[in-house]
Amino acid sequence: MTNALEVRALGYRYRAGFALEGIDLVVEQGRMTVLLGPNGAGKSTLVNLLTRLYAPVSGTVTIASHPLAERPGPALAKLGVVFQQTTLDLDLSVRRNLAYALALQGIAGRRAAIAVAEALDRFGLTESAGRPARALSGGNRRKLEVARALAHLPAVLICDEATVGLDLPSRRALLAHVRTLCRDQGVGVLWATHLMDEIEPADDVVLLQRGQVRAAGTAAALMERVGATDMEAAFGVLTL
Amino acid sequence: MTYIVALWGILIRESLRFLSQRERLLSALLRPMLWLVIFASGFRAALGVAITPPYETYITYEVYILPGLIGMVQLFNGMQTSLSMVYDRETGSMRALLVSPLPRWWLLFCKLLAGALVSLVQVYAFLLAALAFGVAVPAWGYLAAAPVLLLTGLMLGAAGLFLSSVIRQLENFAGVMNFVIFPAFFLSSALYPLWKIAESNPLLAELAGWNPFTQAVEAIRFALYLQADWPALAGVAGSLLAFAALAVWGYDPARGLIRRKVME
Repeated sequence: MTNALEVRALGYRYRAGFALEGIDLVVEQGRMTVLLGPNGAGKSTLVNLLTRLYAPVSGTVTIASHPLAERPGPALAKLGVVFQQTTLDLDLSVRRNLAYALALQGIAGRRAAIAVAEALDRFGLTESAGRPARALSGGNRRKLEVARALAHLPAVLICDEATVGLDLPSRRALLAHVRTLCRDQGVGVLWATHLMDEIEPADDVVLLQRGQVRAAGTAAALMERVGATDMEAAFGVLTL
Repeated sequence: MTYIVALWGILIRESLRFLSQRERLLSALLRPMLWLVIFASGFRAALGVAITPPYETYITYEVYILPGLIGMVQLFNGMQTSLSMVYDRETGSMRALLVSPLPRWWLLFCKLLAGALVSLVQVYAFLLAALAFGVAVPAWGYLAAAPVLLLTGLMLGAAGLFLSSVIRQLENFAGVMNFVIFPAFFLSSALYPLWKIAESNPLLAELAGWNPFTQAVEAIRFALYLQADWPALAGVAGSLLAFAALAVWGYDPARGLIRRKVME
């Protein structure tokens, strides 16, 4: 299977010292990879490196076969991102938010109109299309962010704590939606979270702690390795 | 084509934001009108202006400060661009822009152009209001000044863009008022000719002469009277390149200042 995202020996340092060191991870197309780690583990720093908001001090990032450092344009064109903090333009309508994101990808005209209509339909936002993003509920704002991140049909979707601030039903609905997209459209998903209940046994898990990968494999394999019956117990053992 | 689509998208976005902020246009008009109607009327008798290029006859003080007030509109708009970039950064919407596959310099240029076009709208609205109060320039001057106004709008917008990469938080914007806008405005030829400053303080006049805002004001002043002040235009173009280069550097994730503070 083709790798949607490949990270090799990635490192980053803040003035105070290393934030990430020797990070290796792979997200396959059509697979859900959970980037698991406690707060402060370096998940958001890693997301900032994968989206070129930061420049790494070492290592490489390859998105859909395009090296991010050497060919940022083609690499970023294959990337969709949902950040922890909302990045919607709250004063613009739902439709305008989608159209703006597509314009930043160089997509306009009829192609953009079709992509917007499909995104609205897929995420159940058609009725809200003309409303400002500010008027949406927290759950629907997140849906819009995911819709926007996927509107240009990327090969990989990165979600950084995308369910933060949502109530349990909205959280589950959003996650189920992303899983369906991952399965049906073959998008590789990197799902950064600190919540164990968002992980399924078949998911690939990369466990990050203090800026380093502590363990990697499917959730089921990690649980088996440490003899745990659930991911929470496995996490406890693996991060000792 | 991709570049043009993104440019168009950003122009539409900035236009919609501008139109949704009616108070922004109102304050952009009210500020210079207060100076024109109240301040200039008060100082009309105290500050006489001798015949000096591009003027061919004695002019009233209101006529003299008109280009300076146009510069003020663009200066405030440039700082508004800076403010909105800092706001975008704090609210997170800047990230949506910066993760676009297009080069960062192009994205910044799009923002810059959008800001300059917004400032043009503000300037012509102000000129219309000034005309209503009887402060006019030659009819063709309104048209001839447009390209110069675009250039000065780009230069002051680029200064704002660079500042936005330096300012850490929205709260620090008050400092911009004190340390950038006021010195740039008062240490310029916006309110008084340089030769008048030189009479009382030659050093200040020298400093004011190097001020990019002075060069913007003089370029506008001459353009409104269908003349070109080439040294001022060259100064504005040079400042535009310098500020734009600093802004691109500031927003570079590997080298710039943004890396240290934006995305945490």
